[in-house]
Amino acid sequence: MMNKINFLKPDKSNLNTFLYLGSFLFFISIFDVFLNSFFKVNLIGFLPNFLSFIMPLILGFIGLYFIRIEYSGIKNLDKINKHINTNNYNAILSLLIIFTVIKSIPPILSWFLIDASFAGDSKDVCSGSGACWTYIKVWMRRFMYGMYPNAEQWRINLSFIALALLGSVGYFATERFKKYLTLYYVVIYPFIAFLFIFFFISGGPVFFDFSYGIIAAILSIIIGFFVPSKFKFYYFLIVPLALYILLKYFIFFEEYIELGKLEGLNWVETGAWGGLSLTFIISFFCLIFCFPIGMAFALGRRSSFPLIRYISIGFIEFWRGVPLITVLFMSAVMFPMFLPADFFIDKLVRCIIAISLFEAAYVAEVIRGGLQALPRGQYEAARSLGMGYWKMHIFVILPQALKLVIPGIANTFLALVKDTPLIFVVGLLEIVGMLNLAKTNPEWLGFAMEGYVFAAIIFWIICYAMSKYSYNLEQKYKTDR
Amino acid sequence: MNFKLKDLGPQLITVIAVVLIFGFFTYNAQINMENRGIDFGYGFLSQESSFDVQFSLIEYDGSHSYFRAYLVGLLNTILVSVIGIIIATVLGVIVGIARLSPNFLINKFAAYYVEFFRNIPLLLQIFFWYFAALRALPLPQDAEAIFGVFFLTIKGLYVPAFIWQNLNIFLYSIIAAVITIVIIRIHAKKVQENQGKQIPVFYISLGLIFILPLLSFLIGGVSLSFEVPALKQLATTSFIYEGGVSLPPELIALTLSLSLYTATFIAECVRAGIQGVGKGQKEAAASIGLTPNQVLKLVIMPQALRIIIPPTTNQYLNLTKNSSLAAAIAYPDLVLVFAGTALMQTGKAIEIVSITMFTYLSLSISISILMNWYNKKIAIQEK
Repeated sequence: MMNKINFLKPDKSNLNTFLYLGSFLFFISIFDVFLNSFFKVNLIGFLPNFLSFIMPLILGFIGLYFIRIEYSGIKNLDKINKHINTNNYNAILSLLIIFTVIKSIPPILSWFLIDASFAGDSKDVCSGSGACWTYIKVWMRRFMYGMYPNAEQWRINLSFIALALLGSVGYFATERFKKYLTLYYVVIYPFIAFLFIFFFISGGPVFFDFSYGIIAAILSIIIGFFVPSKFKFYYFLIVPLALYILLKYFIFFEEYIELGKLEGLNWVETGAWGGLSLTFIISFFCLIFCFPIGMAFALGRRSSFPLIRYISIGFIEFWRGVPLITVLFMSAVMFPMFLPADFFIDKLVRCIIAISLFEAAYVAEVIRGGLQALPRGQYEAARSLGMGYWKMHIFVILPQALKLVIPGIANTFLALVKDTPLIFVVGLLEIVGMLNLAKTNPEWLGFAMEGYVFAAIIFWIICYAMSKYSYNLEQKYKTDR
Repeated sequence: MNFKLKDLGPQLITVIAVVLIFGFFTYNAQINMENRGIDFGYGFLSQESSFDVQFSLIEYDGSHSYFRAYLVGLLNTILVSVIGIIIATVLGVIVGIARLSPNFLINKFAAYYVEFFRNIPLLLQIFFWYFAALRALPLPQDAEAIFGVFFLTIKGLYVPAFIWQNLNIFLYSIIAAVITIVIIRIHAKKVQENQGKQIPVFYISLGLIFILPLLSFLIGGVSLSFEVPALKQLATTSFIYEGGVSLPPELIALTLSLSLYTATFIAECVRAGIQGVGKGQKEAAASIGLTPNQVLKLVIMPQALRIIIPPTTNQYLNLTKNSSLAAAIAYPDLVLVFAGTALMQTGKAIEIVSITMFTYLSLSISISILMNWYNKKIAIQEK
């Protein structure tokens, strides 16, 4: 028999015989595995154990060998041969993959859906062999909002919905407002988001520092109109901060300002924040902060001033060389030592600073790649038009360089989102941390798997959506050179 | 020297700002330490540590010094990184090549693998393997032997230990084989350059690396026996395996998740590298009569490696740094042993965190120096 098969060379002349025989063998092998895996029926159980295990593979292999007919003239057959059946080696691999998939569907399906329990709100309903989604249902609020009081959670929802709506403004902006969109997204939107989180999610008596800040900002903007444009850069660098300090420490005293002391919503300390909402808050702010810092250091690394260059290189290489977990350790145990004794920075803020600085180093390297990829001619052309350093970078170099590095920046942001669970080091519990906490609850022992699968699905959706979005952006801003 | 006064301004401002920030920090640190009565110094490293570590490659117990504890942690970190890098590279190369396979199924399978593991946070994967998947393994008394000698249980993987006689002769034989292979390689290259003849170096090397150690067994008096782990009852329901080598579940979970995660990135690097080689190169190589294997080995890979190596180096660095997540599942790596336990005991926050960071910095820098050297070696030598 073997000899004969070797001798048989499927070709076009007796196409039908081979085709029918081959497809029959191929389908019978798949059918056998299918029955075996879905209905626990073993068609060839009468054979010895090992042989019945390997039989489908042999049958399928022979079948695929028979239907491997070049230029058969049948479109679908050619397609199959080209894609999964180019040679013996590929045929076996294809069969193995098909069998693995068929074999793994029933256990996964039964764990996920068929044997899983959804109803009820106590552990008793989870007696089956499947997943216990009741566990997720009961703990949902904790996974989403952490220890945030149940009665106050509408504040988080409202803030996120409002921010999502404000964030989608870009899609509805008319042509006339399009040119302000960058300004909106880079300056105004983060500021609104900050206000929301500060006043709404955190709550409590409104921080009076703010009123000084707002007064200082308004005053300096008004005066700013009368400053000659030559000094405007330095003016906005120095005056607002000086005004703020002046107002806070010299002119007003804290007890005089009642403006800010509005008793509004209950204060919720940052230690109680958590769950997925904390993941979003941290990723959002780190994303906003790490970008400008990274850009500054990327420019610094390419600066012609040696001292600035070396400082930038030192900064970037330091952060890139250490793991994030040690950075967070530093922010937790070492950083308070570096501050004045009566000066306290909130744990969450320290965390955000640490992650932002860490990711900024990566963003800096990505942007530097873009800056280096631009041809020299762009710099020379901008200079020859009489542009200075800042004008050249803002209007000519950076727009092009940033376009080039969209994929890189997206990857860094993805890494940032995936790094947020590490904040468990400083005792903040976002979704993965909450899972670990829920897992140790004596009433709900033994559901670790469900929790991790749930979190994995959520993270996967977020990250996959981000990577697809970045791909779209990349296509949209692609310019041919 | 074209020194410009104009350039001095911005530089001076930056330097002053940096100096001021650092000065502020050190000043505060000094005052804080004075207030709390902590003195700065690295003297604690030689003190007795008085804590124990679960898993260590060198002999260690509570009576050893903190420096020894540091070494234990460092070695454990290096162990995880090296195993992880090896597995991730093998897996990554396979998946990367599979992604370019003309076989639709293999291609898709590899693509799904990459998309799946890349988009889930590493910490979550570590937790999953450690707390969910490995906890589903059988207890020692219920474990079934794999190939009769391996035991995969909830308490870790037990593998047989090698017991060597005259191990040094065996090692010499391997060294001798490697040296001979290198000499043959150099000779083959010379022959090829001078006479155009090809010597089948690969098969000769394969033969040498098997035959010489085999000879050492037959003539050199080397012998090898295995110590298979055996079940031992401690109490009525408590069993362990004795003998052999045991790998703790933390190590398994960590290497598994690190390598599965990093392999996806390496796979993408490999794919990009192979795709980066011009199509013309492949066609030209095929048209001068090289077989597909030769095309891959002699034409595509040497060129693709140049594109692959720099990003892969980054992935190796990432893996090494990510191994610090070990602290989350209590695998005694540098962060857990030194920046965790030792820090809690001594309270020397600044010293210990700075040593830990410095260690990771040096690890990263040494890996990047090594890979840069290799990269330079295979780069195009332009004439």
